[in-house]
Amino acid sequence: MGETFAEKVLGGKANEIVIAAPHHLLTHDNTAAIIGKIAPELAEYGVARPDLPVIVLDHVVPAASEKTAANHKRIREFAAAHGIRHFFDVGAGICHQVLVERGLARPGRIIVGSDSHTCSYGALNCFATGIDRTEAAALLLRGKTWFKVPESIRVTLRGALSPGVSAKDLVLSLIGEIGADGASYRSVEFHGDVAGLSLEERFTIANMGVEMGAKNAVFPADGITRAFLDGRGVPEEGYRAVWADPDAAYVRELAFDLGEVVPVVARPHTVDNVVPVTEEAGVRFDQFLVGTCTNGRLPDLRAAAGILRGRRVAPGTRLLVLPASKAVFEAALDEGIVADLSRAGGIVLPPGCGPCLGAHQGVLAPGERCLSTANRNFRGRMGCREAEIWLASPETVAASALTGRLTDPREVTR
Amino acid sequence: MRVWKYGDDVNTDMLFPGKYTYTASTPEEILPHLLEDLDPEFAGGVREGDVILAGKNFGCGSSREQPVVGLKAAGVLAVVAKSFARIFYRAAINQGLLLIACPEAVDAWREGDAIEIDAAGGRIRVGDAAFRFPPLPRELLEIREAGGLLPFTRRRLRKERNPGGAR
Ligand code: SF4
Repeated sequence: MGETFAEKVLGGKANEIVIAAPHHLLTHDNTAAIIGKIAPELAEYGVARPDLPVIVLDHVVPAASEKTAANHKRIREFAAAHGIRHFFDVGAGICHQVLVERGLARPGRIIVGSDSHTCSYGALNCFATGIDRTEAAALLLRGKTWFKVPESIRVTLRGALSPGVSAKDLVLSLIGEIGADGASYRSVEFHGDVAGLSLEERFTIANMGVEMGAKNAVFPADGITRAFLDGRGVPEEGYRAVWADPDAAYVRELAFDLGEVVPVVARPHTVDNVVPVTEEAGVRFDQFLVGTCTNGRLPDLRAAAGILRGRRVAPGTRLLVLPASKAVFEAALDEGIVADLSRAGGIVLPPGCGPCLGAHQGVLAPGERCLSTANRNFRGRMGCREAEIWLASPETVAASALTGRLTDPREVTR
Repeated sequence: MRVWKYGDDVNTDMLFPGKYTYTASTPEEILPHLLEDLDPEFAGGVREGDVILAGKNFGCGSSREQPVVGLKAAGVLAVVAKSFARIFYRAAINQGLLLIACPEAVDAWREGDAIEIDAAGGRIRVGDAAFRFPPLPRELLEIREAGGLLPFTRRRLRKERNPGGAR
């Protein structure tokens, strides 16, 4: 019997507990709380390896209060004192995007992070998964931890997405079908016609793995992966891809016809509350958000600008634009996308998590409704319990921003 | 002992609102907001030894660990649910909070039923009915027995870095 991706990477059979040493440990603004737990041990033993941590300040940036500013300061001082090799200060971008852009997510690597969307690096064939702060603290010190080898689900993709339909629609449809716990504790492998999906699209899909409960979500490494890493100065000798054997055992197998996917929305307050946009067409929104680690990359902003260029967002509504990183922001500047979105009425926010977690920059008021490209629509997520968050693709959000109502992007003609 | 019963898909935002994530991290700061958006009575009413019963996918959502730290500090004896989200499951082991996945026990409970738990033996009694659940694998029991992952790690570090046992 062959092995799944997870079994190969972790070196054990499904459901076994193994001890493994991850290549990287990602932490963000929560680094301060993590190192706070182990101050005496850090003073005595130091960090396990200076190239293990990847620290990105992104969650509340630039600082929104004295408390968050003091947090950032502590983390900066820690990074300097311990010679942390991969430290990215305020302004670099959202942690997941930065880690990938810097070529740290490489095929076959094990990467853990004290952020649930660490699963994003499955887009680059990593075994990547979220952990809690205590675990992150223990890892900083010892450099290894326990894993339960997950059982695996095999999703076979066939065909290609239609115009106006995006990877976000695909992953929301998948979550709608299998449910918010449909892949609980499991490794989700994407097989079949994945060659038609860009690296950015794979990122969007893997990013939302945790929204179906998955431990990780992973794509095979192929020409697209190699070309991306090559562009970041990472040669093929710098990694070893891993993939499942054809006769590996799965707890569930699903097939998805990409040609049948349509624009969808996830209604409040769970990500699996998914219906076609046409079913809720006309619902009014107060705020629109294009960005976050799910959909804040150049193709996402480009798609939104393509719809909004030369037009205006509906009166009485707000459009927030949140580039996933400084590099994305600058590329969007060079392409004129930032100007297009700003002139259409968009408010361009600094690269970071911004309003996604409800701490600052775009918190909702009671009774308001936001249509967002983020990955979560939980009650209270954007800072207000009595507000609604709906999730959709950048195309759908941009088309809806024009009318102020939920709109199928395929209806907006240029 | 009081039993607090909730439904399916209780997420970490309901257990501990995300807006406090960066302003509350100690048990004292967490406790007043525990379950704030799910059950406003919980934070003031919870006592040492209480049990939480819930449906499937308990603890889904963000990886923030305040819910686990809070529940442990509040003295919650165990969370018994139909199933758990994985990051939450992991966080609970690492904090030493007892989680029991036992759908039958959740369904069997009626208002007023007492609950007794034998963690090492994998047994739970609900009113007059008894159920079994798989006990933790040995490696994870060691972490729980040490009082959580950090005490376990401290012990290991001392052994690994000072093999002579000088300290
Ligand atoms: S953008 Fe949102 S989902 Fe992504 S890392 Fe930041 S807070 Fe988390």
